[in-house]
Amino acid sequence: MMVLPPGKWWNLRLADLWPYRELLYFFIWRELKVRYKQTVLGVFWAILQPLLIMVVFSVIFGNFAKLPSDGFPYPIFAYVGLLPWQLFARALSDASQSLVSNQHMVSKIYFPRIFLPTSSVLAGLVDFSIAFVILFGMMAVYGIAPTWRWLALPLLILAALLSAIAVGLWLSAINVKYRDIKYITPFLVQMWLYATPVAYSSALFPEKYRPLLGLNPMAGVVDGFRWALLGQEVNSSPLILVSLVTIAVLLIGGLIYFQNTEQTFADVI
Amino acid sequence: MEDKYAIRIHNVSKKYKVGLQKGRRYRMFRDVLLDTAKAAWNFRRRKAGANEDPETFWALKDLTFDVAPGDSLGIVGNNGAGKSTLLKILSRVTVPTTGYAHLRGRVSSLLEVGTGFHPELTGRENIYLNGAVLGMRKREIVSKFDEIVEFSEVEKFLDTPVKFYSSGMRVRLAFSVAAHLEPEILLVDEVLAVGDVAFQKKSINRMEKVTKEGRTVIFVSHNMAAIRSLCKTGVYLDKGKIIYMGDVDGTVKAYLDTGNPQGQHQSRVEFEPNEAIPFQILSVAIMNTQGELVSSISHEREFVIQVKVSVRRWNERGYIALDILDENMNTVLSSYDFEAENSFVDYQPGTYTFLVTVPPLLVPGEYRLSVRSVRKGKKRETPWDSAQEVCPFEIVDGGSARIQAGLKWSGWIARPLKWERSTE
Repeated sequence: MMVLPPGKWWNLRLADLWPYRELLYFFIWRELKVRYKQTVLGVFWAILQPLLIMVVFSVIFGNFAKLPSDGFPYPIFAYVGLLPWQLFARALSDASQSLVSNQHMVSKIYFPRIFLPTSSVLAGLVDFSIAFVILFGMMAVYGIAPTWRWLALPLLILAALLSAIAVGLWLSAINVKYRDIKYITPFLVQMWLYATPVAYSSALFPEKYRPLLGLNPMAGVVDGFRWALLGQEVNSSPLILVSLVTIAVLLIGGLIYFQNTEQTFADVI
Repeated sequence: MEDKYAIRIHNVSKKYKVGLQKGRRYRMFRDVLLDTAKAAWNFRRRKAGANEDPETFWALKDLTFDVAPGDSLGIVGNNGAGKSTLLKILSRVTVPTTGYAHLRGRVSSLLEVGTGFHPELTGRENIYLNGAVLGMRKREIVSKFDEIVEFSEVEKFLDTPVKFYSSGMRVRLAFSVAAHLEPEILLVDEVLAVGDVAFQKKSINRMEKVTKEGRTVIFVSHNMAAIRSLCKTGVYLDKGKIIYMGDVDGTVKAYLDTGNPQGQHQSRVEFEPNEAIPFQILSVAIMNTQGELVSSISHEREFVIQVKVSVRRWNERGYIALDILDENMNTVLSSYDFEAENSFVDYQPGTYTFLVTVPPLLVPGEYRLSVRSVRKGKKRETPWDSAQEVCPFEIVDGGSARIQAGLKWSGWIARPLKWERSTE
């Protein structure tokens, strides 16, 4: 094994990750163990959070503001949008802190640092699955039947995870250097929610400009979820496509930035 | 240079930035925004060289040496000599600025025990987690699990969250996980000084076993006795450069002879002033004859024990007692302040400093001190204050004839006796 000075920026050393694959599993395991240590509360919270937000959204945006919901009952319209959004938002705040909160480990032993933000994001899948079960109940109540479009869900979930990983890589690595990122992240997540068609429909935007909305990766994911789960008929394909490209660009950029700063994390953390 | 090596360190240098911003450890993102805004504002008036380079220093400078397979190498040096930086590079925690290190075989490092422990998880869960973090495979941890638990002596609390462990239990468990790694190359940084004395012995024995199994081991320690018993060869670093390299005895001798004792681990204990104690011990420290704080003393040199006391109310007779304890906390020597003048000292309220010189007397090994202030009543003596088992220090062999002859120290007193020879 060679220990060399920082090399060329395009050398991402991804082959180094393979021997440590079990560690990724252990990090996710630890995250879940700690998160669900008080099992009842953990699961309860995973259900309660999206439900409460849904209720608040329904009252404020559905009832008072009377935002259009593409012909669907507003509560389920909002809940379907909240599902991937909550996954993304939680993953983002956890991932951005993952390196700094494990600084003891980062400064003492070697392991591929990328596993820390990645495991924070992946651990969110459990909360997501629990929240998803609630969706079944709601669909039964509103009489919405599953269609073949559900088959696209795994891809959409993957897109949500990759968006979170991409942004998480950027934020966690920057956070090592600039510690006030910690204070910026909650604000960022909040603004991001308003920029994403969760409480409102992307159909509010004229069709000509709608693809621009896709520069926000989560816009495509949320619209994709509505298309797959509800059968939303708004033409969102250009928007989703733009989102997928944005995710790819963010992810590759994040990987390059992360892997290049990784080698000096221990010196600055 | 020989081609057969386990570790090759070639021209390794490491540069650190210091004083990036005075008074603050981290840069803030808002500073970047502000600076950018300022830079844009001052764009036209910008002068060359306005951006001063942050101060840098070289923790390691052009280090080159090989470590043979199966060797156990001790790295000694003052704080800041670059020992830990070198280990960090070898364990890939950080990368060198220039040069390279080549390690042949699986590397594990024991840079600090307990890294990756999570307080909310149980002992059992933490064994798995910590093992994985240190680079063990899951089945490896499973197969060694019982051994690890037995070594750590925490069987009973295995399913208790680690946050309820005493610090002693925590380090024992952590060390046990780390000690059961089986790499070809093992890097160890100052981890042997954990737990109580009995556990320290056990850890050192465990490390001795590891070195005898033919692994390549690098130790960094301030504990010269441990370095001497565990290592075959040594490197003495100072300011990022090699001062001495050779067998371990020569290295330790070179370090003890020229090392700057201020950088050594100090053996000093201090107590908060407490008005309630009429005759209080304020501090106890070990010093060399130059008055510098040290924790290692050659067995051929005398050293000084400094005791500071504060007398607040004084209307009774009292004295100070000083005990030197061996590693099993047996008193090997005791001394009293009244012995020097052969009468009890008449203390007035105030602060007093005593310098007690101990002649070269003690056998190489580890020692501690106990200091007491005692009220001498008419019928019985009652203690006012005491500092028990403080100031761990070690007496080290500076390369005596008997060690060179391959013999070990035995007994309690290290005084050369006069051997007069005559022939019939």
